[in-house]
Amino acid sequence: MSDKFYKVLLFVVALVMPLVCGGIVYALVTDAYDAFEHFGFFKFLTSKEWSYTDGAEQYGALPFITGTLMTTLFALIFCIPFSLPVALFVGEYFKGTKIAAILSTVTDLLAGIPSIIYGLWGFYTLRPFIMALNISPQGSGVLTASLVLAIMIVPYAASLSAEFIKMVPNDLKEGAYSLGATRAEVIRKVVFPVAGSGIFSSYILAIGRALGETMTVTMLIGNTNNIPESITSTGNSMASIIANQFGEADDLRLSSLIAIGLILFLITAFINLIGKIMIKRARIA
Amino acid sequence: MNNIFKSVMTIALAVMTVACGSNVNKADREPQELSGAGATFPLPFYNVVFEQFGLVSGDQVAYGGIGSGGGVRNLRDKIVDFAGSDAFLSDKEMSDMASVVHIPTCMGAVVLAYNLDGISELNLSGEVIADIFAGNIKTWNDERLAALNPDVTLPAEAIIPVFRSDGSGTTFVFTDYLTKVSPMWASNFGAGKSVNFPSGQAAKGNPGVAGVIKQTKNSIGYVGSEYAFAQKIPYARVQNQQGEFVLPSSASISAAASGEIPADTRCSITNSDAIGAYPISTFTWMIIYKEQNYSDRTKEQAVATLDLLKYILSDEAQHITSEVHYAPLPAKAKELSLINLNAVTYDGVSILQ
Repeated sequence: MSDKFYKVLLFVVALVMPLVCGGIVYALVTDAYDAFEHFGFFKFLTSKEWSYTDGAEQYGALPFITGTLMTTLFALIFCIPFSLPVALFVGEYFKGTKIAAILSTVTDLLAGIPSIIYGLWGFYTLRPFIMALNISPQGSGVLTASLVLAIMIVPYAASLSAEFIKMVPNDLKEGAYSLGATRAEVIRKVVFPVAGSGIFSSYILAIGRALGETMTVTMLIGNTNNIPESITSTGNSMASIIANQFGEADDLRLSSLIAIGLILFLITAFINLIGKIMIKRARIA
Repeated sequence: MNNIFKSVMTIALAVMTVACGSNVNKADREPQELSGAGATFPLPFYNVVFEQFGLVSGDQVAYGGIGSGGGVRNLRDKIVDFAGSDAFLSDKEMSDMASVVHIPTCMGAVVLAYNLDGISELNLSGEVIADIFAGNIKTWNDERLAALNPDVTLPAEAIIPVFRSDGSGTTFVFTDYLTKVSPMWASNFGAGKSVNFPSGQAAKGNPGVAGVIKQTKNSIGYVGSEYAFAQKIPYARVQNQQGEFVLPSSASISAAASGEIPADTRCSITNSDAIGAYPISTFTWMIIYKEQNYSDRTKEQAVATLDLLKYILSDEAQHITSEVHYAPLPAKAKELSLINLNAVTYDGVSILQ
């Protein structure tokens, strides 16, 4: 009796999540439909106009897609030199030691800091620093947002990569050592090839995190509706344009913002799916 | 950012004070909870007024500073008792919703706040402002700026214009002024709550823009005067139609409203031709529905809404305006507003008569 009851209960609870997810997609698609119908799906994706003039409204997602992809890409590039050494330190060089445990705990702590705190730090500390270095006159822009994003995704990339590096079988490494390989050679020739797809997938999941980050990016990217011309230019990401303009948007603009939300949802879902598949492969291998 | 914190604390304090003081209810009805949303521009004034109103009537007023655009949208969605807006509704916007009444609450100035090392005096003219925000004047030592400021040495640095990223009545007032003084601005950008500024960077809300200016050397942006004052950012004198360079003050803002005011009080007072007028001045309005019975609102709630507006129009509340760097309404605007309030109904019956 009670066994059956639990089975039914679990089934119902498990069903809620896919239903919620389906509901979100349904709501996004129905609300975004106006924008896609009015501008055409591909035109909406490729137009760089974002103009509010009454009667001649033109909304296109290209500047924001570019902004999101640029901040995410640079965040990923800046994140690698910090997260990979941490992963090697924790997973290989100091595997199982106390200092490795401390380092990985501290890195994981970074994941728990609210994004508004990162935003404030970026705004009051990093931004003046970038201005002082004369990298960009206004301080905010793609570069500033990417740097802070990079720090935010380090824990995601580092802790998962460390797990995969730990999983590399000792037999393989010992075999390499017995052939006279140095530690650096073992890491290059054995650890990376074996743990490679796992490490890759951990970066994919980190990207998934960076894509949707809203608060930090809104505070640091400069919020201008243009395609960033260079890494120091200001721009807007898909999440930040929604955060900035959702409050007063209506009709076509609201629909366009929701359409951007839908595109962001699809990109994030796609990236996460790739990550999940890669992890599965890495585990099997 | 400090200013956001201050506003939040003021609201928290106001709520606490009101909560404690609710037993001093002087109105002969149950205390009501009113909610409004909209412009951040008059927020410092509203914080004080709502607190005072709470002491007098026992009603609590919650106001979300989400920008004029957001406030009007909330009113159209019928989820607030009133909207705050620095831009009056256009005829087209009004035709999209049930009929509304505009009640001006105070006057204020949009100031050009700037961050320049060691410079605390700056003269600007309308056309120069338009060219700065259009990206035509790119550096501080531009000869047109130098001509306006013969006594000041401006640095050879790039100008960073700062503007609003959200829909904003402050943007409307500012671009309405630029549209009047600069044909270049009128044909390329126009006036609106959201305008596509071509250069610089944007931030959300008046506090956001003030924060960015405060933190960014060589920047210039437009904010409600109180925000520049609270952050201790210097602001420019702006040349009016009479050729005078005027600082925003209660007197110079009042001078801008000396002209005709239409019966529904929807009028722009930017670029006033009066002597001593600060040219980027504006009324700020509260907008309510003419028929107050909507979204299951009770009659008492409607009465409380009108009590709030009457209180704001009273001498007692208007006296507060100049203390927080706004200006009191001219007598004519008060007179018209009281007439307009008489037309507000509940179930078709006038509430005040």
